[in-house]
Amino acid sequence: MSILVIADHDNASIKPVTLNVLAAAKAIGGDIDVLIAGDGCGAAAEAAAKAEGVAKVLVTDNAVYGHSLAENLSLLVADLGKGYSHILTSAGTTGKDFLPRVAALLDVAQISDIIKVESADTFVRPIYAGNAVATVQSSDGIKVITVRGTGFDPVSGEGGSAPVEAIDNVQDAGISSFVGEEMAKSDRPELTAAKIIISGGRGMQNGDNFKILESVADKLGAGVGASRAAVDAGFVPNDMQVGQTGKIVAPDLYIAVGISGAIQHLAGMSGSKVIVAINKDEDAPIFSVADYGLVADLFEAVPELDAAL
Amino acid sequence: MKVLVAVKRVIDYNVKVRVKPDNSGVDLTNIKMAMNPFCEIAVEEAVRLKEKGVASEIIVVSIGPKVAQEQIRTALALGADRGILIETDEEVQSLQAAKLFKAVVDKEQPQLVILGKQAIDSDNNQTGQMLAALAGMGQGTFASEVVVEGDKVNVTREVDGGLMTVALNLPAVVTTDLRLNEPRYASLPNIMKAKKKPLEMTTPADLGVDVAASLKIVKVEEPATRSAGIKVADVAELVEKLKNEAKVI
Repeated sequence: MSILVIADHDNASIKPVTLNVLAAAKAIGGDIDVLIAGDGCGAAAEAAAKAEGVAKVLVTDNAVYGHSLAENLSLLVADLGKGYSHILTSAGTTGKDFLPRVAALLDVAQISDIIKVESADTFVRPIYAGNAVATVQSSDGIKVITVRGTGFDPVSGEGGSAPVEAIDNVQDAGISSFVGEEMAKSDRPELTAAKIIISGGRGMQNGDNFKILESVADKLGAGVGASRAAVDAGFVPNDMQVGQTGKIVAPDLYIAVGISGAIQHLAGMSGSKVIVAINKDEDAPIFSVADYGLVADLFEAVPELDAAL
Repeated sequence: MKVLVAVKRVIDYNVKVRVKPDNSGVDLTNIKMAMNPFCEIAVEEAVRLKEKGVASEIIVVSIGPKVAQEQIRTALALGADRGILIETDEEVQSLQAAKLFKAVVDKEQPQLVILGKQAIDSDNNQTGQMLAALAGMGQGTFASEVVVEGDKVNVTREVDGGLMTVALNLPAVVTTDLRLNEPRYASLPNIMKAKKKPLEMTTPADLGVDVAASLKIVKVEEPATRSAGIKVADVAELVEKLKNEAKVI
């Protein structure tokens, strides 16, 4: 078997989730090649070569791959992918965007968001917002898969020395172009990579009150998240949303503040190692999944927590 | 311009999901069904484009059993002009759904196809992208803003870490994210009017598409449940537990 892993990267380095995808590839077994497609992505390729278990790094460095436009990237991956038994990438917004196109171009199904590898053709994935877990078996010649990073412990990002091979394969579909982007600027870790997350819900009452969470987050080196209720109420932007319709996270410590614990939120964070809930409603469903529950007014408890750290 | 909107009949998002005792799937017997929430956003966006004078006709298409006519009628009540149901009792997977929609696209020649980013049953997040690939169209997935300008559409997308805007040549595919709009409710007069709007019935065979799937569901299980831990009395005890028992801070 041979596996092609398409790395998530920012040209300068590979994103940590790539190491989780490599772990899923390792669980399938076989030679693992990593593709770095980008614009000025030599450093990311060098980083990928150091990851554990990589046989070879393929690099295509061209402006057409600069913003991971799905129309161009999918043509490249479908072309290269023909020679592999499995094509894997992370289930982030880039992978979710381009990989189904690859599957369609190869006329095979895609298996989305796997959290476990049973065998080379059988995988486990959540359905119905995590309220059920399906085991699916594929009869396709090429298995096209997105991996939920939190389902796999990452391989080491150091110690490897895979050869880096530049390939000349420029695919420009000519039907889409990049206009601009607006990235949230923050010194805090990205939610999907954070070891500690503190999230606020409707109980926060307004966006300004998230400052008390940010203060705790800065002391703990934590990311700041929110429930869908807080996002829908306009307190904070959608990219902070943790849940089935937002980000799926699994940090070492998740602190839920003023979050009732709707099913869709639990689906996004119940993989966390330790869960703390702070809520004044002692019947809130969040307490049924929390390792440590504190029934208290968050406007008293959070500043107290801040002071105690 | 013509806009095609795809909608899916799924379990109502307020209903608690129960796995069948034989682990063959999720129990949908006598369960309330509804239009997939992301598809409601797709219908709303098409209706707004029509209200702005950008869209001239809205066609809504669904794949499913005969009762999926209900979801098409809902879309017609919200402002779509006519419906197409591709009738089948089979579980149609994403690639086959994309092929069926491609056949409709070939026939109807819409300038814009709007779909929900994912259905809340299978959670695949694939069909729109697959349709775009099969039809050779550009795609604006997870859209939070859609602006049609001349022969292009600018789509602002919700991506990890922020927003990204792409320009796509028309025809193009857009898949909706939560913040694109807030769907309206259908008024009673519009529900009555929708009953008279045309709804065409077709089948996968009519469209020349084989819906046999390559993925087999081996089993469906309840997720592993977390059990509740302990309640701490105050912040001091919480910090002590996190430091000394859980050792996470």
